[in-house]
Amino acid sequence: MSEQLPAFIIVAPLIGACLIFIAGFTRRGLCYPLAMVSMVVALGSSIGVLHQVLVDGPLIYKLGGWDPPWGIVYNVDALNALVLAVVAAVALVNLVASRQFIDAQPFYRIGAFYALYILAVTGLMGMVITGDVFNLYVLLEIASLTGYALVAMGDDRAPLSALNYVLVGTIGASFYLLGVGFLYAMTGSLNMVDIAQRLPGLYGSTAVFAAFVMIMVGIWFKAAFFPLHSWLPNAYTYAPPPSAGLLAPLMTKVMIYVMIRMMLTVFTPAYSFSFGLLNQVVVWLAVIAIVAGAIMALAAKDFKRLLAYIIVSEVGYMVGGAWLGNRLGMTGSMLHLVNDAAMTLCVFLAAAALSFRLKDTKLTSFQGLFKTMPFTMGALVIGGLSIIGVPPTCGFFSKWYLISAGIQAGAWGYIAALLFSSLVNLILFFKIFEIAYFEPFSAHGHGHDNGGHGQVSALAVREAPAQVVVPLVVTAIGLVVLGLYSKELVAGVIDLGLPLGLK
Amino acid sequence: MDDLLSKIAGGYNYIAYITIMMIGLYAVIAKRNLVKKIIGMSIFQTAIILFYISIGAKKGATIPILMHDHGPEAAEHAIKAADYINPLPHVLMLTAIVVAVATLGVALSLAVKVYQRYGTLEEPEIQDQINKS
Repeated sequence: MSEQLPAFIIVAPLIGACLIFIAGFTRRGLCYPLAMVSMVVALGSSIGVLHQVLVDGPLIYKLGGWDPPWGIVYNVDALNALVLAVVAAVALVNLVASRQFIDAQPFYRIGAFYALYILAVTGLMGMVITGDVFNLYVLLEIASLTGYALVAMGDDRAPLSALNYVLVGTIGASFYLLGVGFLYAMTGSLNMVDIAQRLPGLYGSTAVFAAFVMIMVGIWFKAAFFPLHSWLPNAYTYAPPPSAGLLAPLMTKVMIYVMIRMMLTVFTPAYSFSFGLLNQVVVWLAVIAIVAGAIMALAAKDFKRLLAYIIVSEVGYMVGGAWLGNRLGMTGSMLHLVNDAAMTLCVFLAAAALSFRLKDTKLTSFQGLFKTMPFTMGALVIGGLSIIGVPPTCGFFSKWYLISAGIQAGAWGYIAALLFSSLVNLILFFKIFEIAYFEPFSAHGHGHDNGGHGQVSALAVREAPAQVVVPLVVTAIGLVVLGLYSKELVAGVIDLGLPLGLK
Repeated sequence: MDDLLSKIAGGYNYIAYITIMMIGLYAVIAKRNLVKKIIGMSIFQTAIILFYISIGAKKGATIPILMHDHGPEAAEHAIKAADYINPLPHVLMLTAIVVAVATLGVALSLAVKVYQRYGTLEEPEIQDQINKS
């Protein structure tokens, strides 16, 4: 039974999604319990797999018993076991918070939403676990197509944003597919480990270099790496809160993991870090991404848009850290991936909680929120401090690793960009806190008409529903716990997953 | 000159797929009509399918179905790989075609929703309406 765990991670949500889709037509009340069961099974299996990997070392699961170069295998090492657990945990927490919102939707959307949600998680987890480059493409498209539909479920400009996302996302996935085609033409294999064994003789080949660049560009499209980020801000601003809470923490982070997997497993560090100029150019692109994301976030008037631009900036952190070319940078990038998934979940859940009580998420309508929504704002403060990078929240520790890696590699521009972005995040979040704490609260627009006594009753606590606030507070506490245990996480998990050759 | 011509003749499939791909990319970037953009996206995907199919093809080879008996004696015939085209890229592209169809379906249904919302599919006109509201 326990040797079948890696299959359960994918099979449970996949079957769950099909059942939910059927239940959506016949017994609508079953949709949410089915979604919960499939997510709990997926989370349990991923934690079980993580435990197995930490005890017995990397494991290979042959789907249907076919041997590796011919059949599809799941290669699980410490790195992707960790990412699997993070993806499942984030998706489960966000699912709990989604119910309140989804039940208020028209009945025909309920089954569709849960089915798409679980299918998106299947795609994301599949991308992390699979050991086959073409299988990865198919799962990437599963995650993307469901993601487009989840974004399009919002109101107002959501369909237009989703259509823009479809166009850009498809171009990105196609670039990846083209790169895989080049690799297949050169090596005759699609299995990641098999390709890595056949490649060393071909390292000088232009076609292999083209494949490397195409695959990276395709992944960067999907990860919203700065010049290719145009789809992200609108998609995440107009997506309904439950969809944004799933996609914003996971989609970009999983793509960053895929990039690291490609660099470490398929092309190996010996090849990925052998181009002096290219590596430096990518780090400088990351610098531009960090700075541009920060500046655009400063200009944002809407809370969700501000968060979306912070994601653009964070993607720059991780891509830059991975391309610095040293072990410390890769460690920092992986740790930041885990932390950023948790931080983004925290702030997007806060945005979801606010959307229950505010008509819009414009920053100017945040007045008096510390009085009316103390738990939500408290969690947002922890999330904000973590994004800024204040100890003991987790954001500090990963930023510390990234800065140390920058010093080791002598990438001063990268360090300056990290510090600049931390400073901008400080300004951004304290601007929010200032509006919410100090600015005089006016009952206008909040549905209170108590005349002269409006101030008194308007300041009464009006929290979002407990089903949203509890997951939010749990996530906020999780940020501090992740920070306190980050040393154990690095030494006990991430370090085991990185190849020994990477210094 | 002869060198260039022989290069073109040897790799015309690659030139064809790059050309088609760039036509698609141009449409996605430069066209102002959303349906034209979607058509461009579809052309882009099709170009990659063409690339995969062309790398599986071989001159003078046949489809990969073994032309001997299906009994126990079938295994005795030696199978020459050079006589058969590589079926794997074709199989991969069956999957990619399914993905492309699904993407096209999602994109077109989103275009319908955009049309219901704004009453037009021309990007500048949609932008005008967004700026006004």
